[in-house]
Amino acid sequence: MNAIREFFRTFLLFELVKGMALTGRHMFARKVTIQFPEEKTPQSPRFRGLHALRRYPNGEERCIACKLCEAVCPALAITIESDQRADGTRRTTRYEIDLTKCIFCGFCEESCPVDSIVETRIFEYHGERRGDLVYTKEMLLAIGDRYEDEIAQDRTSDAAYR
Amino acid sequence: MEYFENLLGPAWPVVWTLAKIVAIVLPLMIGVAYLTLAERKVIGYMQVRLGPNRVSFFGLRWLRGWGQPIADGLKLLTKEIIIPTGANKFLFILAPILSIMPALAAWAVVPFDPNLVLANVDAGLLYVLAITSMGVYGVIIAGWASNSKYAFLGSLRSAAQIVSYEIAMGFALVGVLMMAHSLNLVEIVKQQQGSYGALSWNWVPLFPMFLVYLISGVAETNRAPFDVAEGESEIVAGFHVEYSGMAFAVFFLAEYANMILVSTLCATMFLGGWLSPIPGLPDGFPWLLAKVAFVLFLFLWFRATFPRYRYDQIMRLGWKVFIPVTLVWLLVIGGWMQTPYWLWGSGAH
Repeated sequence: MNAIREFFRTFLLFELVKGMALTGRHMFARKVTIQFPEEKTPQSPRFRGLHALRRYPNGEERCIACKLCEAVCPALAITIESDQRADGTRRTTRYEIDLTKCIFCGFCEESCPVDSIVETRIFEYHGERRGDLVYTKEMLLAIGDRYEDEIAQDRTSDAAYR
Repeated sequence: MEYFENLLGPAWPVVWTLAKIVAIVLPLMIGVAYLTLAERKVIGYMQVRLGPNRVSFFGLRWLRGWGQPIADGLKLLTKEIIIPTGANKFLFILAPILSIMPALAAWAVVPFDPNLVLANVDAGLLYVLAITSMGVYGVIIAGWASNSKYAFLGSLRSAAQIVSYEIAMGFALVGVLMMAHSLNLVEIVKQQQGSYGALSWNWVPLFPMFLVYLISGVAETNRAPFDVAEGESEIVAGFHVEYSGMAFAVFFLAEYANMILVSTLCATMFLGGWLSPIPGLPDGFPWLLAKVAFVLFLFLWFRATFPRYRYDQIMRLGWKVFIPVTLVWLLVIGGWMQTPYWLWGSGAH
């Protein structure tokens, strides 16, 4: 009896028709595509995108050239050189992140004792020439200045969980 | 027309034939282009995506996505054709030509209308079978000439597959022959004319053969779920691994032109060609178009639904299932035709 049932199930292509009914139904289902430049997915305040260097409200740069980020970076993407400034404090003379090496793990941000290096929510950027994606200190500070409000807000909202 | 006839003199028949060929090939190529778009759209929709919807003409919003095949074609056209060092250059270039040639040549005998057919050959069905069998040479030669292991594996697989399914396909067409008593495709369509509309077409009495033909058609064109010749996940891209640029595009065109051809033949032989499905409505070319579109949609639907067959399963299906099924059904309708209970017009002669 079972063999006969199996015979008819096979020859009437029962399972194939069932599969096609499923895909056929999905053809009319609501589509989940996000049309990127016009629509965007929601972002977490912990989003790890392009880096930025922050400043204190009085305009002084936060980075004290402790080189913890350089040491912790698993991809060796950060290069720091430091020197004494005229007022006797230690500051970076060079702070570069090679974004082609960076794996966006966020360890640099974790390790920073003064919350200077941070990862922002920016993920749409590109380089057109070799070297375009090596971001210098000036570029990183400029990003920090431009997005300070958003960065500060994200750190505050996440502070309770740290 | 007579003016041109006088002007060109003895060259006129050649020019006129060429014009007719262009009149078939040009719409076919446009059909191929938009079949690729339809495929990406249909499969996208079945996977709950949107598919290509960006490239447009002149920035018109309602044409978004319609420029995609043209853009793809232009991209392939401007790319370099790389010939591998160890490849046989002559055969390497010959292979894509050999694979698109039969896909286009078979259209000569396809009837679009009772009077609209390039060559109304009496052995049309045999011609179609002979020409479409040539397609496998393109694949074999491509695989061999590439001097690549993956390409060679892919071409061997597809050679065995196409040869096996050709037999089942041939047997399925014997049923059509028994119905029509003719090899002429126009006669085959005309025989399907009946008072029950869609129910008097060949697909009803020959239903198992219709299915066998449809599935063999999918296998013949190396489409999913029978695409072991390409097998992206195991042998990269099979026989056309080494092809790039326009040489690859020609293979692509051939595959889709073959799909359209198999669909058209299916519509002609089993779905009544240009005949209208409802008695009373006028017959005509738009019906053929609609039927071809329906069969093509099935092709895309199959691809969106079924996983790839394992190689030994393909062989089992071809040899141990399809051939016996068609043989048994040949006997069944052969016997049925001799009885007074035969319902489809031209019975025992």
